Amino acid sequence: MSAAADMMSKFSQSDAYVAALIRDAETLPMPAGTMGRRGFLKLTTVGGVGLVLAFHLPGKAMAAGAPKVLNAFVRVSPDNVVTIYSKGPEIGQGIKTAFGLIIAEEMDADWKTVVVEQARVNPKVYGYQGAGGSTSIPRGWDQLRQAGAGAKAMLIAAAAKQWNVPASECTAQDSLVHHKASGKSATYGALAEAAAKLPAPDVASLKLKTRSEYRLLGKRYTGVDNMKVVTGQPLFGIDVQVPGMVYASYTKCPAVGGKVAGFNADEIKKMPGVIDAFALEGTGKPVEVMPGVAIIANSTWAAFKAKNALKVQWDESAASKDSTTAHEAKAKEIAASFPANPAVNVGNVDAAFANAAKTVEAYYDYGFVSHSPLEPMNTTAYWHDGVMEIWSPTQQATPGLALVSNMVGVPEDNVIIHQTRCGGGFGRRLMNDYMMEAAAIALKVKAPVKLQWKREDDFAHDFYRPGGFHQLKGAVDKDGRLDAWQEHFITYTTDGKTEVSGGNYSANLPYTTKAPNVRRATSMMPLLTPTGPWRGPRDNAQVFVNQSFMHELAVAANRDHVEFLLDVVARDVPDLRVKPGPNATFNPQRAAGVIKLCAEKAGWGKKRPKGTGLGLAWAFSYGGHVAEAVELSVDDKKKITVHKIVVVSDVGPVINLSGAENQAQGGAIDGLSTAMGLDISMEDGRIQQANFNNYPVLRIRSAPPVEVHFIQSDFPPTGLGEPAVPPLAAALGNAIFAATGERVRTMPLKKLGYSI
Amino acid sequence: MLRLLVNGTERVVADDVDPETPLLWVLRDHLGLVGAKYGCGIGACGACTVHVDGKAVRSCTLPVSQVASKKVTTIEGLAENGKLHPLQQAWIDADVPQCGYCQAGQIMNAAALLNEKPKPTEADIHMAMTGNMCRCACYTRIRSAIMTASNQGGSNVRRG
Repeated sequence: MSAAADMMSKFSQSDAYVAALIRDAETLPMPAGTMGRRGFLKLTTVGGVGLVLAFHLPGKAMAAGAPKVLNAFVRVSPDNVVTIYSKGPEIGQGIKTAFGLIIAEEMDADWKTVVVEQARVNPKVYGYQGAGGSTSIPRGWDQLRQAGAGAKAMLIAAAAKQWNVPASECTAQDSLVHHKASGKSATYGALAEAAAKLPAPDVASLKLKTRSEYRLLGKRYTGVDNMKVVTGQPLFGIDVQVPGMVYASYTKCPAVGGKVAGFNADEIKKMPGVIDAFALEGTGKPVEVMPGVAIIANSTWAAFKAKNALKVQWDESAASKDSTTAHEAKAKEIAASFPANPAVNVGNVDAAFANAAKTVEAYYDYGFVSHSPLEPMNTTAYWHDGVMEIWSPTQQATPGLALVSNMVGVPEDNVIIHQTRCGGGFGRRLMNDYMMEAAAIALKVKAPVKLQWKREDDFAHDFYRPGGFHQLKGAVDKDGRLDAWQEHFITYTTDGKTEVSGGNYSANLPYTTKAPNVRRATSMMPLLTPTGPWRGPRDNAQVFVNQSFMHELAVAANRDHVEFLLDVVARDVPDLRVKPGPNATFNPQRAAGVIKLCAEKAGWGKKRPKGTGLGLAWAFSYGGHVAEAVELSVDDKKKITVHKIVVVSDVGPVINLSGAENQAQGGAIDGLSTAMGLDISMEDGRIQQANFNNYPVLRIRSAPPVEVHFIQSDFPPTGLGEPAVPPLAAALGNAIFAATGERVRTMPLKKLGYSI
Repeated sequence: MLRLLVNGTERVVADDVDPETPLLWVLRDHLGLVGAKYGCGIGACGACTVHVDGKAVRSCTLPVSQVASKKVTTIEGLAENGKLHPLQQAWIDADVPQCGYCQAGQIMNAAALLNEKPKPTEADIHMAMTGNMCRCACYTRIRSAIMTASNQGGSNVRRG
C-alpha cells in the first residue's frame, strides 16, 4: 500500500464510533420494551450508610461474571440526603441537573436535599457513558425514571412493613413517606436501612408518573454546580492537579499527515523548566495519535515557551495539500452537470420540471467551521502499576476506554477514566485524540502528566464541520404547490467511497422538503483534513440550504411562506411516509405546531418599516421539531441589527425549564454567530485561522434577545443541545431577503459583505 | 524572590519561576488558584480576567513580574466575609452558566464595570463585556444578571 493510500485508510476508519453514535441518535428513543429486559437486581447497603439502587444489565457484562451490584444511580443516607449519580458527561448541556431531576421526580425526593454527583466511568456498571447527538435525555429517560420509582417503592414498602399497614395506603412526597389513616410519617433517611433489606421490585410492577402528576419536572431549576462555577472551584479537565504532576505540550504537523523528520532537541532540552522532549510516531489516525513532538516541563508556561522555540523538520510526503480555493473552483465545475444515477429518485422530476408553472435554480455553499469549545483540549494521564489513569474532559468516556486500552496494551480494567466537567463540547470532544496523546506521552514519563493544548493547536487540529456545495432546482405547479426538488450535493471523501463524517445528506431532509418528485445526488472531492460532527451535524448547514431554497420557491409561487411550509409539511408523499416506530420520528402535526406558534409569536404578517424584515425557518433535527424567526434590519452598509429571535420547540415534556431555555437561546445565538462570521479555510493543508482574533465568535453587543417557547407534549422527551441551531441561519437569510430583496446563498454572510 | 498579594494574602512565587510567566499560569500552576481560565493566550477571549488594583486585566498576557506588590483579586477572592458578591448571586439566580468555563472571567470583568459604574446602561454593559466571549452564548442571561446585581431589575432588559 502506498503511503497516501495507507494514510487514507487510517483516516477513513477513524471515526467509526462517531458514525455509530449518529446512527443511534437517529433511531432514539429505544423501542418500548428494551428497558423491560433490565430488572432490578437488588438494593443493598453500602458501607452501612444507606440504600443504593441497582440495576443489572443483560448480556455480556453479566455473563463475564461481573460484580453483582450494577448501575448504581441513587443513594439515600440516614441524614435524609439523597445522592444521585449522573452517569453522563456535563458539557454545558445541563445534563447533571436534568438527570438529577428525572430521578428525583419519580422518587418524590425533596430537591432541596438532593445532591448530584458525577458518576465514575465504568461500562460494566453504567453501560455507555457519553454525550452526543442530543441523546442523553432520550437514552436515559426510562432508565432514570425506573431508578427513581424503584427506590420510592422500596422506601414505601419499608414504611408499610414497619407500620404494619398496606403499602397502597402510603404516599410519598419531599423525601417523606406518609400514612394518612394513622398519621404516621418517616423520612427516607430513617427508612433507608430497612428498605435496603427488602426484595427489589420488578420493573414491570412500577407505575411511572404521568405528566400531570409531576411535581418537579417542567419548572425552573438552577444548575447544580452553579455555586462552584461562580466561585472558581476546580471542575474542569484543565483544573486537575495531581501530586507530582508535570506538564506537556504536543506539536503536530500543521498539514495533517506530516511526520517528524527531526527537531532541535538539544536546544529545547536546555530551556528553563524543560524536563524532556521526544518525538512520537503515533498510530497515524487523527482520532488517536498523529506524529508529533512532546515537550515535558515543570509548568504549563515552560512547556508553551519551549513549544514556541520548537523547530520541527516535517516530512510532508503524505500530508494534506487541501486547498479551499481549489475546492471552491472544483465544486463549481462539478455542479455544472447533474449525475446520471442519483441515489434518490422519487416520482418523475423531469416531467415535473417540464410542466412547472415556475422553476428556480440556485447554488448554495458554506465553509468549514471549528468547534472551538472555550476550554482548549487537555488531559492528565498517569501510567502507574500497570494502570493508565486518566482525567479528561471528554464527551465519550466509554469509547475512550477501548481506545486507550488498545494503544497501551492493557485490558480495559486497567484503564481508569475520571470524567471531568467539559468547558464546552459542541461535538469536539466526541474525539478522544487529546486523551490518547496524553496516554502516549504518559507511557514515557514516570509521573502524572498534564497535556495542555494551546488555542492554536485547537484551531489547527480540529475535526471540522465540513463545508459543502449544493446545486438546486425546484418546481412549483400551477396551484403554487411544491412539485419537484432536485439537489446535487458536492461534498468530500477521504477514502474515495463514502462521504466524510458530517458531510453526507441529513436523514431529516426528506420531511422538510416533501415533494412528489425528488431527485438527490452526491459528488465527492478528495479531502484529508479531518471532519466530524459539529452541533446539529449535517442539519447545521443543510437546513440553511433547504429552508432558504424553500423560501425562494414560496416567493416564486407568490405564496405566503408560512402557508407554503405548512402545505409541504402536511403533504402525503407515499414514498416519503414515515414508518411507525420510535417516537423520535418526524411528526407532521408537531412540525405544523411549532411553525404556527413561531409565526404567531413573531408577529407574522405584521406591517414592518422599510429595511426591516422577518424570516422564518424550521427543522426536524435530533428528535426535536423547532421553528425559529428572526426580525432584523439592514443598513446601506449591509450592517445587520437583529431585533429579536423567536424559538419554538417541541421536544416533548421539558425537564428543567431554565436549562431548556438556556439551550434554546444558546443554540440560536450559536447559529447566528456561525452563520454571520465563522469560517475555517485551508491552503497547502494548513488551517488559516489560528485564534479568536481571526475567528470572530459573536460577542454580547451583537446578541439579540431570544424569546423561547415550548410546546409540551406526552411524547418521550428528546434533547435540546442540537436542534435549536439548524433553523437559525435560514431564518436569518430569509429575513434579509424580506428586508432587502437580496438572497443569501453563502455562509458565512461576512463573505457577502454583511456584518453584525 | 517575587511576592504577590493575592486575595488579601501574601503569596511567594518560587525563585525558579520565569518572571515572564503570565500571571494566569502562576495563579493556576504555582498557587493552585484555577478559577481564572486559559482560553486563547492572546487576551482575545477574556476567560482569564482577574483584578489588579481593582481593574480588570487579562492575566494570560500579563507577566507576573509586573504585578509584584500590586493587589490581585481572583474569582476565588471575590466573595467577602463568606458572602457572595452580588454578581455571583445574580449569576446563580439567573442560572447563567451552561458549560461555565468563561463565567469567572465574565463575573470579574462585570465586577470591575460595577466598581466604576454602579448603574451601567445596556450600552455600558456591551462596551465593557465585549472582550469576554461565551462560546455557549449565555449572553442574554449575562446581561440580565448584571442588571439584577446593579439593582436595575433582571427581566425585560432593554437594549441600549
